[in-house]
Amino acid sequence: MAVTAAEGMDIRPLNPGAMVREASITALVVFALAISLVGFETVDATGAVEIRTRFGDVAMAMAIAFVGRIGLILLREHRPFPVLVGAPVLAVAMLLLLLSETIFGVEIGSGLKRFIPFHDPIVLWGIMIVTVVLAVRAGHARRHMNSTLTVEERDKRMDQIGAGVQRAARMLGPVLLIFAVALPFMPFADRRLLDIGILVLTYIMLGWGLNIVVGLAGLLDLGYVAFYAVGAYSFGLLATQLDVSFWLALPFAGLMAGTAGVLLGFPVLRLRGDYLAIVTLGFGEMIRIILLNWYKFTNGPDGISGIPRPSFFGIADFARTANGGRTFHEMFGLEYASIQRIIFLFYLILGMAMIVNLFTMRIRKLPIGRAWEALREDETACRSLGINPRNTKLTAFGIGAMFAGFAGSFFATRQGFISPESFTFIESAVILAIVVLGGFGSQIGVVVAAVVLIGLPEFFRDLQQYRMLAFGMAMVLIMLWRPAGLLAHREPTLRLFGRNKKSEAGS
Amino acid sequence: MSNALASAAVADEIPGSGTPLLRVEHLTMRFGGLVAIDDISFQAASGRITAIIGPNGAGKTTVFNCLTGFYKPTVGRLSLHHPKGSFLLERLEGYRTAQVARVARTFQNIRLFPHMTVLENLIVAQHNKLMRASGYTAAGLLGFKVYRDAEAKAVDLAKYWLDHTKLTEKADWEAGNLPYGDQRRLEIARAMCTEPVLLCLDEPAAGLNPRESHDLNSILRYIRDEHQIGVLLIEHDMSVVMEISDHIVVLDYGRKISDGTPNEVRNDPAVIRAYLGQEEHEELPPEIMSGGTSQGKDDA
Repeated sequence: MAVTAAEGMDIRPLNPGAMVREASITALVVFALAISLVGFETVDATGAVEIRTRFGDVAMAMAIAFVGRIGLILLREHRPFPVLVGAPVLAVAMLLLLLSETIFGVEIGSGLKRFIPFHDPIVLWGIMIVTVVLAVRAGHARRHMNSTLTVEERDKRMDQIGAGVQRAARMLGPVLLIFAVALPFMPFADRRLLDIGILVLTYIMLGWGLNIVVGLAGLLDLGYVAFYAVGAYSFGLLATQLDVSFWLALPFAGLMAGTAGVLLGFPVLRLRGDYLAIVTLGFGEMIRIILLNWYKFTNGPDGISGIPRPSFFGIADFARTANGGRTFHEMFGLEYASIQRIIFLFYLILGMAMIVNLFTMRIRKLPIGRAWEALREDETACRSLGINPRNTKLTAFGIGAMFAGFAGSFFATRQGFISPESFTFIESAVILAIVVLGGFGSQIGVVVAAVVLIGLPEFFRDLQQYRMLAFGMAMVLIMLWRPAGLLAHREPTLRLFGRNKKSEAGS
Repeated sequence: MSNALASAAVADEIPGSGTPLLRVEHLTMRFGGLVAIDDISFQAASGRITAIIGPNGAGKTTVFNCLTGFYKPTVGRLSLHHPKGSFLLERLEGYRTAQVARVARTFQNIRLFPHMTVLENLIVAQHNKLMRASGYTAAGLLGFKVYRDAEAKAVDLAKYWLDHTKLTEKADWEAGNLPYGDQRRLEIARAMCTEPVLLCLDEPAAGLNPRESHDLNSILRYIRDEHQIGVLLIEHDMSVVMEISDHIVVLDYGRKISDGTPNEVRNDPAVIRAYLGQEEHEELPPEIMSGGTSQGKDDA
């Protein structure tokens, strides 16, 4: 196999002219992109806006693109050696330059500064990472000169990894759950960590909810945040206007969001694929704009403030002093600490998320869940089997929306304040990204993706401004590398022969 | 059952066959200015295989699409009578033809659920029955025994059809990974899992090798003889059509040109004209006259 692959590989003589031309075209594209974005910078110069040019940076970007392209061409032509030497040298140089400033505290003098392509260390880091990746690829190519994986083989291998992770998820799931349950009592669990945990769990819950709509039923919903907003506002308004407590309002908020899902879904779900995506996107924005403009009802852009915090199942409050009822710390004979409420919120969202998870795992094995998956695969075939596509889709849409509503009311009670700003399209995009990155229909994938997409950026707040950049890059890589999502692997809902007899799929 | 007919239908029988299960009367389908089917009437009986043949573009699949609710016919009445009720198919909304009138179909280009397993494909086919058993999901979510029993029964039915289509070994395969011939048979098994009274097969033998199409013949015979349901068959492969059909309807350019037993149809000058053109009348190849191969099918 390896031998034939090596023989089949043609190592053509290099054509320097073509290489330079291709690299020049790349540099030209970079020029076209960078000239307006990088080349001009508006600076605030004592009251007036001044334009500063950065043509040096543009030239540098073009040079980097040129060299990088040459490297890629060499890799493509099965000549990894120059890249293997050049890329690490460049990477080490970058690293030294970076470290010299930040760690060793050496002020880079004007002499050295000329060698640094950009002033911003982030860009240097980026270049370093890219060169390291190139070097690794070159090394990999050199080692595997004789056996190149075809796309199919790679997909299969990735699917095996996905299946492996899924099997591991059987173990990993409980371990993660125990870790989550124990987290508040870990010595390193401070308020910041718990807050991040709550945030991540909220997105995990939303991801699992959307997974029903997108992952199982295959309905691309770009307006999921609308239902999150409906849930949050339902609870916010009920609590502030009618004095309904969190526990009473929670089911109602879910119901409202679910109803909104069914109402929106009814006219929309006849559409398929991209068209559905566009219309749901529009609906998502409509809800936000209604919230923004219906001032009398929603208080418009000012939002709703003073939303009550949840009580301990209606028995006790998390207040320092009893306000009519009992307080939590008195009831359990504890010292008052504000973190008690945070811990409670953490467990609350953990419980809610786990309910969504259990529900999804269970419903997958019921006729309705199988019908969702069948509908994702082939709607026409479903109709020929007597499955009502509209109702089936509506249930998926409605249930997904209901869970978003629950998450929304949790969000409202945690924040104590909601405004339309929290429910922009970017939120929908993030939740969808969690589902897509994790792998359609993969429950553990959603957890991993939520931790990566929500947890890590929260930890590295300083890099906030590059968050969306990294986000976009990750999405592009996933789409190139594994379009079905990182951990996409579908486990059958029932088997005739049990798990032991390995199905020889793909033979 | 709001669409059920008062059983006023006169059961005028096709000579030598069972009761008419399906009566197609004056079926016409127009797409804008194009007349795809023009005033076709025929009948199909329970326990019989009725083949619809004709050159490409004759309107065979359009007839199927009208019968199975994918198209609404422009004109015509499609009535289905069986002991469980009577239905006017043209009035039923798409999926209801399969759900209440129990008309199942397969597709010319196979439409399985490729990423679900073979067994799951057959369980999805029993959706409506299982939905009722699961109390529209509520009882199923709570894990009631009613639902578990119903699911076990559904698996038994699936196993039955897996056995009869020789797919039991591959029950846990992803349907999309099956070889082509197996996919064809799985589609038939899936249609049968809906427990139909009328099974519409759209070119089930297309792309099969002679051995596979021989297997297919015996499956279709088994379905007809053991389950006593009506089978409607669109097929180009004359070895299949002539061997197993009890009754053949020939279409050409949207019109019915012949209707009868295989022997009658084979010797009908109108059919020969449609398949081979008028001039070649004298020089018919013997295999067409004896219905041996499918060679002449596209020469209209």
